Amino acid sequence: MKVHEYQAKSILARYGVAVPRGEVTDSPADAREIAKGLGGRAVVKAQIHAGGRGKGGGVKLAKDPEEAFALAKAILGMTLVTPQTGPAGRVVQKILVEEALDIDRELYLGVTLDRGRGLPSVMASRSGGMEIEEVAAKDPNAIVREAVDPALGLFPFQARKLAFALGLSGDAFRKALPFLQALFRAYVDTDASLAEINPLLVTKSGDVLALDAKMTFDDNALFRHPDIKEMRDLAEEDPLEVEASKYGLNYIKLDGNVGCMVNGAGLAMATMDLVKLAGGEPANFLDVGGGANEEQVKNAFRIILSDKNVRAVLINIFGGIMRCDIIAKGVVGAVREMGLSIPVVVRLEGTNVDLGKQLLRESGLKITPADGLSDAARKVVESVR
Amino acid sequence: MSIWVGKKTRLLVQGLTGREGTFHALACREYGTQVVAGVTPGKGGTKHEGIPVFDTVAQAVKETGADASMIFVPPPFAADAVVEAADAGVGIIACITEGIPTNDMIRAKAFLAEKNAGGAAVRLIGPNCPGIITPGECKIGIMPGRIHRPGTVGVISRSGTLTYEAVDQLTHLGLGQSTVIGIGGDPVNGTSFIDCLRAFGDDAGTEAVILIGEIGGMAEEEAACFVAGHFRKPVVAFIAGQTAPPGRRMGHAGAIIAGGRGTAADKMKALEAAGIAVVKSPADLGVRMKQALGR
Repeated sequence: MKVHEYQAKSILARYGVAVPRGEVTDSPADAREIAKGLGGRAVVKAQIHAGGRGKGGGVKLAKDPEEAFALAKAILGMTLVTPQTGPAGRVVQKILVEEALDIDRELYLGVTLDRGRGLPSVMASRSGGMEIEEVAAKDPNAIVREAVDPALGLFPFQARKLAFALGLSGDAFRKALPFLQALFRAYVDTDASLAEINPLLVTKSGDVLALDAKMTFDDNALFRHPDIKEMRDLAEEDPLEVEASKYGLNYIKLDGNVGCMVNGAGLAMATMDLVKLAGGEPANFLDVGGGANEEQVKNAFRIILSDKNVRAVLINIFGGIMRCDIIAKGVVGAVREMGLSIPVVVRLEGTNVDLGKQLLRESGLKITPADGLSDAARKVVESVR
Repeated sequence: MSIWVGKKTRLLVQGLTGREGTFHALACREYGTQVVAGVTPGKGGTKHEGIPVFDTVAQAVKETGADASMIFVPPPFAADAVVEAADAGVGIIACITEGIPTNDMIRAKAFLAEKNAGGAAVRLIGPNCPGIITPGECKIGIMPGRIHRPGTVGVISRSGTLTYEAVDQLTHLGLGQSTVIGIGGDPVNGTSFIDCLRAFGDDAGTEAVILIGEIGGMAEEEAACFVAGHFRKPVVAFIAGQTAPPGRRMGHAGAIIAGGRGTAADKMKALEAAGIAVVKSPADLGVRMKQALGR
């Protein structure tokens, strides 16, 4: 789960990570008051989940409270397009108004899982403000990595190693050590999957602060962090994906026109690949899971059909635990309720396959049966041509 | 021949008395697996479907000689169940549970590593996996037993249903399987592709291996490296997620292209460079394996 910058900063601050003073609001009048409280000069930052906000015009410096008001008015409600939002962009609902600081240097810090070692790893780089992927592509040696056992925490020597790698000295060096340890503690304690400070700011007076902050959390661990779970912003997610998550379905909307309903994540991905290989474009990823009931299947089919781009549907089921008759009943039920104007190709295999096929046949619905993976992909792609 | 599990394996089931646990324990027993014990804290001393239930794994091991465990414990408690099994010296621990917090798995793995460094031989398979099966001998997990048949092709996979797909193709082409292992779709898991390849390499009963990977992480690249240097049997591979968009988790917690790494294209390239036959379509896995074996 993702959160906004202002939420990430509030979480990090709890652990002692230094962040700039500031407040979040959805009103230009409030922005003026917040700027006054910060001494006049302030930065107005659009709060959306995507990065690259500065490039899209979502981060501006105000010289005084009146300008903060004007900028807030312009940014709130605007559709912000950044390289990460896609061409549709995101509507800005909230802004963060923060103190403007004297920048000496901008650095990078991040904590994420090193899958190879099975441990969290702290990454540090002197190239702050750049995407870490870009830095990695250009000069992998510019990133220093330190794997840390979460049970033991970040040792002081590890923090020193990272701070030296960032080229820090004097006051900034001394302040970076508790900053790093607080950041790591926050990452572990909150079950984060990413805690990124980019840029990490060093001020002219030697202070070290998180100028920007991004946190992503392990969905599987949210049950023990009800406060973080509350921070979920549904407005930032695709409405169909939100709808699917209500029914415990794993759905990701894509740009194509062939809707896919599959059981199992691997097979669902492979089905998308098959559609593409046959010359089509998948409209979604959808895993109905191993133990779906008729109601879930019905909802899955309904969600696929509510995507306006979908011109045909491919149902690909290899029933291990999943029974083919349940899939068939769900599909028939959904079509009875909402009608069906587009072709549906069904490939059923596994448990109760004959019963499933029989149910589809007897339903009288216009459904094209397929034998095997390739046949199914070919038939569904032909039907959208 | 096979690896890790067979006729002699004695299975205990953690979470036996739950709905899923019961259903699959019975399916395993029906397949021929010796299901000797169940563990549900607080229900020790009772019997469930004729299977004796114990409060702790240690008791179950002591009383029944169980040497493998299948875990159906809910996600918040599953990593603890893994650790309990390891502490009791259970040799093969197949954790089926999906949705375990990553931090819990990191701690459980550290415990297993310490245990093994102290001389134990404990192997975790999964979590978030279908389990492991040696066809005709022993099924530990949720895979449909009937699609398998005994033979000489080893199968290793990060995905459940895609494994069934591959096994089904092999069986229809008359190619049986030595052992089929689902290593699971999580970013931190117990058994790697390399662990399986090493065991299949040493197994006289395995002639060739099917490897099914997916986007995310570097496990397939590492497997390619291992195959190039140490593996002398034919390998046929497929990578799911060739069309997956970056930055999105494709169902499995581990299936994500992050920071430009873990793409299907990179993995396919690495595998091909290691001399592995990589198929673009999962429908070709069986046929390609038949060719590789010259049949």
